[in-house]
Amino acid sequence: MDASRPAGKPTAAADSAGAAVAMVGLTRRFGNLLAVDHVDCSIAPRTIFGLLGTNGAGKSTVIKMLTTLLPVSEGSARVAGFDVTHEARAVRNHIGYVPQMLSADGELTGYENLLISAKLYGIRPALRRERIEQALAFMELEDSAGRRVAKYSGGMIRRLEIAQALLHRPAVLFLDEPTVGLDPAARHAVWQRIRDLRHEFGTTILLTTHDMDEADKLCEELAFMDLGKIVAGGRPAELKAQIGPEASLEDVFMRYTGSSLLERGDFRNVQQTRRTASRLE
Amino acid sequence: MSSRPGVPHPAWNRMAGLTRGLADFPRQVLAVAESDIRKLRHDPVELFSRMVQPMLWLLIFGEVFNRAHVIDTGAVTYLDFIAPGILAQSVLFAAIFYGVSVIWERDLGILQKFLVSPAPRTALVLGRALSSGVRGLAQGTAVYLLSLLLGVHLRAEPAALAGVIATVMAGAAIFCTFSLIVACIVKTRERFMGIGQVLTMPLFFASNAIYPIAMMPSWLQHLARLNPLTYQVDALRALLIYGSESTFGLGVDFGVQILVLAVLTAIASRLYPGIIN
Repeated sequence: MDASRPAGKPTAAADSAGAAVAMVGLTRRFGNLLAVDHVDCSIAPRTIFGLLGTNGAGKSTVIKMLTTLLPVSEGSARVAGFDVTHEARAVRNHIGYVPQMLSADGELTGYENLLISAKLYGIRPALRRERIEQALAFMELEDSAGRRVAKYSGGMIRRLEIAQALLHRPAVLFLDEPTVGLDPAARHAVWQRIRDLRHEFGTTILLTTHDMDEADKLCEELAFMDLGKIVAGGRPAELKAQIGPEASLEDVFMRYTGSSLLERGDFRNVQQTRRTASRLE
Repeated sequence: MSSRPGVPHPAWNRMAGLTRGLADFPRQVLAVAESDIRKLRHDPVELFSRMVQPMLWLLIFGEVFNRAHVIDTGAVTYLDFIAPGILAQSVLFAAIFYGVSVIWERDLGILQKFLVSPAPRTALVLGRALSSGVRGLAQGTAVYLLSLLLGVHLRAEPAALAGVIATVMAGAAIFCTFSLIVACIVKTRERFMGIGQVLTMPLFFASNAIYPIAMMPSWLQHLARLNPLTYQVDALRALLIYGSESTFGLGVDFGVQILVLAVLTAIASRLYPGIIN
């Protein structure tokens, strides 16, 4: 196979019409640094899509642009059918976002966190209570709803955050490193919730991870990011099959980037990930 | 775009969005403020610790200068003169460090959640201003009661008190939005704390809070007239103290505050999303 043209690379033009997320030449510069470099990628509705790469590969920057938190330098992206630059409000109405950092407010109770989110999203008072109770039940947090979030475990906080991001039934849910720092049991619980979510509400899920296991077991489609570019993409099984019968995703990553996932990433990114991880313990 | 099946024409969408937006706006402002006020309710220690400073100003500075008769305060005693000034100052000090908590929430990721919600940036900023206003009221009530204990000749007519409440909330909102702007520019807690310290004292001393403008050298008089705190103190003095009159007129006092708040809110709304980058 020709290494310069990865076979599984997602193409934007072909199927972006009905896509939940479509990026065309999406680029972000910070001064001279090209954090995201002309990314073309399209995600079909109801997919659990993983953006895989090292710390600093540009995954979070992509998510920030798609969630309208960061202006696009060049190119364009559509989320749930709306342009992130020109229809930012409409995009925000149709997405949920769980940042890498633990964003639930520790000084409030779980219920209060959900209540504030519901109000911010303009969920009508008549519907509010029902939605909050559904979200709590769905994330198995009913018993701890009245406790301050500062007393929650890391896995519970993540589940609460996903519950918060679900209240308004978003078409697309963005999860930035959803299980970083969680113990295996909590990780599996979060994975199961993510699968149920897609199943029950038909939500498209875009998550970033640098964990091969998560990419392999949870995601149906993957894109590998390296130095701001998407270097390969496809279903986990296809990607592995291209390399060889016994290949792992780590091998796929090595093949396309020439390095191990564990070796890369700059100090600041690693520091932030560790900080999140340590708050979860 | 208009050809997308099952999706109404964009112009219609925009219209529907606008009407919905108008109804949602006050709710979103209240939601932002509510989140903050609920936290305060969980942990009111902050409110009490903030009481120490105004107490010192009134009990020590106020009492000493009340005896000394070195500052000409016209018909009212010095303690009567300084009480509205200290009330305004305590509201200023509480509001001016508001930006730190926003930087803190940014570092935690809480702010990002607010920013990806469909709430307009202006609603996010005004929500903060409103919550700062409520904190300011708690602060102001405490200074009011303390002044009462010290025998300050306070007015208690409902109309005057309503004016006091409005002034306190406006003052807290103004310095909170100002603080948000500073936070959006400096972006780190360390730098913010440094700048906050640098800003508060000049704002306080270049105002009519503890001495009349007439006593100041002329360059300072000019600065004091540019300082929103001066107009707050001026309004508070007229509304709170028997026998005290407004220097600029209440119309000017309120006009200046509304204008300043509008300008600062517009600037803060513009800068607010940038704080996360």
